[in-house]
Amino acid sequence: MDLIDLTITQLHDGFKKNKFTSVQVTKAYLEQIKKNDNDIGAYLAVTEDFALNQAEKADKIIQAWQSDSEKGSELITEFPLLCGVPCAIKDNILVEGMQATAGSKMLENYIAPYDATVIKKLKADGAVILGKVNLDEFAMGVSTENSAFKVTKNPHDLTRVSGGSSGGAAAAVAAKEACFTLGSDTGGSIRLPASFCGVVGLNPTYGAVSRYGAIALASSLDQIGPITKNVQDTKIVFDAIKGKDSMDATSVEIPNKHKIRNSKFEIRNLKIGVPKEYFAKGIDPAVEKIIKDVIGKAKSAGAEIVEISLPNTKYAIATYYIIVPSEASANLARYDGIRYGYSEILNSKFEIRNLLDVYVKSRGAGFGPEPKRRILVGTHALSSGYYDAYYKKAQEVRQLITQDFTDAFKKVDVIFTPTSPIPAFKIGEKSSDPISMYLMDIYTCPLKLAGVPAISLPVGFVDKLPVGLQIIGNHFEEDKILTVASEIEKLVQ
Amino acid sequence: MISKEEVLHIAKLSRLELTDKETENMQKNLSAILDYFTVLKGAPKAKMDKSKISLDLKNSGLRQDEVILSPASLANNLVAMAPDKQEGYFKVKSIL
Repeated sequence: MDLIDLTITQLHDGFKKNKFTSVQVTKAYLEQIKKNDNDIGAYLAVTEDFALNQAEKADKIIQAWQSDSEKGSELITEFPLLCGVPCAIKDNILVEGMQATAGSKMLENYIAPYDATVIKKLKADGAVILGKVNLDEFAMGVSTENSAFKVTKNPHDLTRVSGGSSGGAAAAVAAKEACFTLGSDTGGSIRLPASFCGVVGLNPTYGAVSRYGAIALASSLDQIGPITKNVQDTKIVFDAIKGKDSMDATSVEIPNKHKIRNSKFEIRNLKIGVPKEYFAKGIDPAVEKIIKDVIGKAKSAGAEIVEISLPNTKYAIATYYIIVPSEASANLARYDGIRYGYSEILNSKFEIRNLLDVYVKSRGAGFGPEPKRRILVGTHALSSGYYDAYYKKAQEVRQLITQDFTDAFKKVDVIFTPTSPIPAFKIGEKSSDPISMYLMDIYTCPLKLAGVPAISLPVGFVDKLPVGLQIIGNHFEEDKILTVASEIEKLVQ
Repeated sequence: MISKEEVLHIAKLSRLELTDKETENMQKNLSAILDYFTVLKGAPKAKMDKSKISLDLKNSGLRQDEVILSPASLANNLVAMAPDKQEGYFKVKSIL
């Protein structure tokens, strides 16, 4: 078995037993990136020197622990599970001194001036950062085709998309170019690429992970979460990054009552909800069969399967695509060509006479088509005379959709759905039609409007393309969905 | 179908310069997207309960209103990113 095949737990075990060092593992990943990434295109920047430096530091921590434990001291604390483990970061999360492009020409030359809170936590644990990975521009998209720099290809079929917007993060894990990655999820941006690339991705509860240092898309929805090789690793990374942060007023500590003791968990005590609206028209029959088979296996293992209804599902996409552009139009107002980012302020080619010229020229040249589209839609939806029909209406329907989930979780413990109606599509297949792209969020965005957590877990293949099962839990029940996902992972192996 | 003038009006509100080609594309895209939103007309009426818009963030709240010292390097890093600057300040064009 190669070093790049190992999970976080296996690496940790290997470090403890001195089977290999973090420098060796880091070099193996860097080698794989060099060999592989010309084809995949997951990375926007590889930070080799930084990574090797961090790996050396991690090895010192590990060696210190080893010499202490040889002395037989019982009191020494073990080094963190992520110590020495190589990872990659979506390029809309700030790592001090590294680029943070958000996949946009607007931030092509932007260097992060500080660490995001999640990065501070990873660094404190001794994780090794290999580089920054590709995404749709400002995380707007489902395929990375909206990236200003390149399309990340699906490691299972290079003619297909990796999904988005965290396509680089999912492809990097699938192609063994990182042991784990951090992505961000606004409407499905962690789970959809995880499903397309056959890896595990978690969208945490709104507020469970600090967004300080993440480049904002839609602040009532954005969450940072892990993409990993298996469910156990997802739990490890989630536990490392979660928690309240004074720099993000929406972040909270997960209440203790939601912790579950694994010894008490049994799948036969579980009520699994299956929403009928998620198996209506539009789903690929081959995907449906795989998901239904998994539900059948859970039933055979003793779980009770309950058909449920989430009646307002049909309004979710429209609601989501009013709220996100509205919030995005406000968040993207900060790109003004003055404080940072792309600017025409010094361009002598145009006649830049006043402040307004700087704004319109810089933004016109710096943003790509999808951010422009969303800024326009959002500005329109928030403008005088249209606000009630669009934004206010969307907020009302958001409450109905939230109520759907509240009602459902009175009847069931978790909800099973497909992550995507189809497996990874061909590059270019949908790029001319924004609405067909938006519809890819059909199963992933409704729960975001309710703020609940969900995981995507690979459960099968259509031909050679992976299919993901989405497990949705109630607020702050990450422990529950991770435990259920872990059981399902065993059932489908 | 929304008009070209409407697109240009929204673009102006958005502080975005669009090329002619972009304006034409956005006219088509925006019309299709706004058409799609009409599905919401069929949604049941909901009484807005503003307290339910966000999660219950009892454990959160704002920090104390006090000065937090940051290293000078942070301010330097931030100003260093500005496209036009002078003596540690952002430089802007005149409003008129």
